Amino acid sequence: MLSCADDNCKRLRRRGVRELSCRAQLRRACKAAAMKPPPFAYDAPETIDEALGLLDEHGDEAKVLAGGQSLIPLLSMRLARPARLVDIARIAELGQIFLNGSTRIGATVRQCAVERSAELRTANPLLGKAIPFIGHGPIRNRGTIGGSVAHADPAAELPAVMLLLEAEMVLRSASGGERTVPAAEFFEGFLTTAAQPQELLVELRLPAWLPGTGAGFQEIARRHGDFAIVGAGAVVQLDPGTGLVTDSRLAFTGVAGTPVRATEAERMLVGHEPTIAAIAEMAAVARAGLEPSGDVHASAAYRRHIAGVLTERVVKEAVDAAR
Amino acid sequence: MPPAELQTPHTPHTPPDESPDLTVTVNATVNGTRRSTTVEPRRTLADWLRDDLGLTATHLGCEQGVCGACTVLVDGDPVRSCLMLAVQAREMAVTTVEGLGSVADMHPVQQGCLDAMSFQCGFCTPGFLMAITAYLARRGQTAEVPDGRAPSDDEIREALSGNLCRCTGYQSIVDGVRRAWEITSESAGA
Ligand SMILES: Cc1cc2nc3c(=O)[nH]c(=O)nc-3n(C[C@H](O)[C@H](O)[C@H](O)COP(=O)(O)OP(=O)(O)OC[C@H]3O[C@@H](n4cnc5c(N)ncnc54)[C@H](O)[C@@H]3O)c2cc1C
Ligand code: FES
Ligand code: FES
Repeated sequence: MLSCADDNCKRLRRRGVRELSCRAQLRRACKAAAMKPPPFAYDAPETIDEALGLLDEHGDEAKVLAGGQSLIPLLSMRLARPARLVDIARIAELGQIFLNGSTRIGATVRQCAVERSAELRTANPLLGKAIPFIGHGPIRNRGTIGGSVAHADPAAELPAVMLLLEAEMVLRSASGGERTVPAAEFFEGFLTTAAQPQELLVELRLPAWLPGTGAGFQEIARRHGDFAIVGAGAVVQLDPGTGLVTDSRLAFTGVAGTPVRATEAERMLVGHEPTIAAIAEMAAVARAGLEPSGDVHASAAYRRHIAGVLTERVVKEAVDAAR
Repeated sequence: MPPAELQTPHTPHTPPDESPDLTVTVNATVNGTRRSTTVEPRRTLADWLRDDLGLTATHLGCEQGVCGACTVLVDGDPVRSCLMLAVQAREMAVTTVEGLGSVADMHPVQQGCLDAMSFQCGFCTPGFLMAITAYLARRGQTAEVPDGRAPSDDEIREALSGNLCRCTGYQSIVDGVRRAWEITSESAGA
């Protein structure tokens, strides 16, 4: 559930994860963990403006609490010690979904909302395919879509989905007003995004799902429900007349500090028929373009290998869905 | 007469910290009864149930969301009570295994799991019972099974994948779910 890359520690500390500075420390912290959250002050604002005021006033000392499925374990292990939590779950405005062509999802919409809404899955089939890979049902019953995107775990599904969809994150702060950041610029590194501590992620904007487009999502994990060792997602659009690929996108989780798009491999399919051979060639290029690091769960070579295998699977899945 | 310190009903095991005098009032409906206490905001729902309300049937295994022993229902949905603060459950309806049924009047899920002997040490059982209850209730509501088909092994295993058991090897739990489904459909048909 947690990971630590040494070079990312400065960033982590800036994000309020103060006690984690290396893998050994993480291990020690887990072993000695009190498993109860440290004391903090708590606010549950009912409007966005109230929340923004609190974040502005308390700056680095405060942390947003959404579903708590990542933050509460960090608190219990004493890896984060914010002085104040701003619980955004009671802000009605953040829990709304708007479907009209494009899809706008409020930050605190729970992950389970996608599983429970056929309408939402039709509006965005990629979201529907990726969400069931997140943890287990009870985690998705509390975890929010915005929380997963804001947390930016490199192995998480939703950041990769946002990257594939070329979605936009809407951030708001008391002093800076509202700004919109494209997914390609949002994920900056391990647990690090473009959002500033006083900024609230308020909404995710997903472009309209175009006709003739299919999605695929697959991953390999040690155990069902674990964070994946490597995950892959693909979106393919076919010309209804010729059957040639008009748009092709491919992204991975778990192979770097952020989710990554395989831009070179993606382009290979455009203008071509998506044959088994063409997809295999694409997978070879995608695999060669990755520089994953190895850890206790999987070596770099294994990660690269399964990235190739998953590429073939998800692109075929997307092509079949597009037909 | 036991020494004074043993007379206190239950000592909350939240470790002593530099304790700020920050408290919040948590009021929620627990197993159908309104409960209200004043706690620190850091109190998890699991500790609130166990230490403040004395409802110790909910077990704590990993306290990091992995094992599912602490599963309770919040507004009908199974959630990890170790990963929810009590204050987050304010104004919500919480159901623990104490709220399912009694020895004299068992809930179909309890009866099903007893019939199939779905437990050995029993540590994981409260979490499983809550997860199974929510699964069967939701399955009954969705129109996905119009033919009244019994849940398949795969379906059951997927639904319970977030709960770990170190003893049974899971097969007897899968059998218990199917038995619970039978009891529920028999009583619905009767
Ligand atoms: C056992 C277990 C298994 C899991 N497996 C997976 C998995 O396979 N894949 C996966 O992707 N996730 C997994 N998760 C994590 C889960 O998806 C979390 O729900 C998610 O990462 C965070 O969402 P949350 O709403 O719970 O956010 P929280 O935990 O409340 O917050 C997470 C972080 O984001 C910040 N934040 C949240 N919302 C906002 C906002 N609107 N604006 C600004 N900052 C915000 C918080 O301050 C905090 O730093 C797992 C968790 C557990 C416990
Ligand atoms: S104790 Fe809550 S999931 Fe293990
Ligand atoms: S019966 Fe012992 S852990 Fe499940």
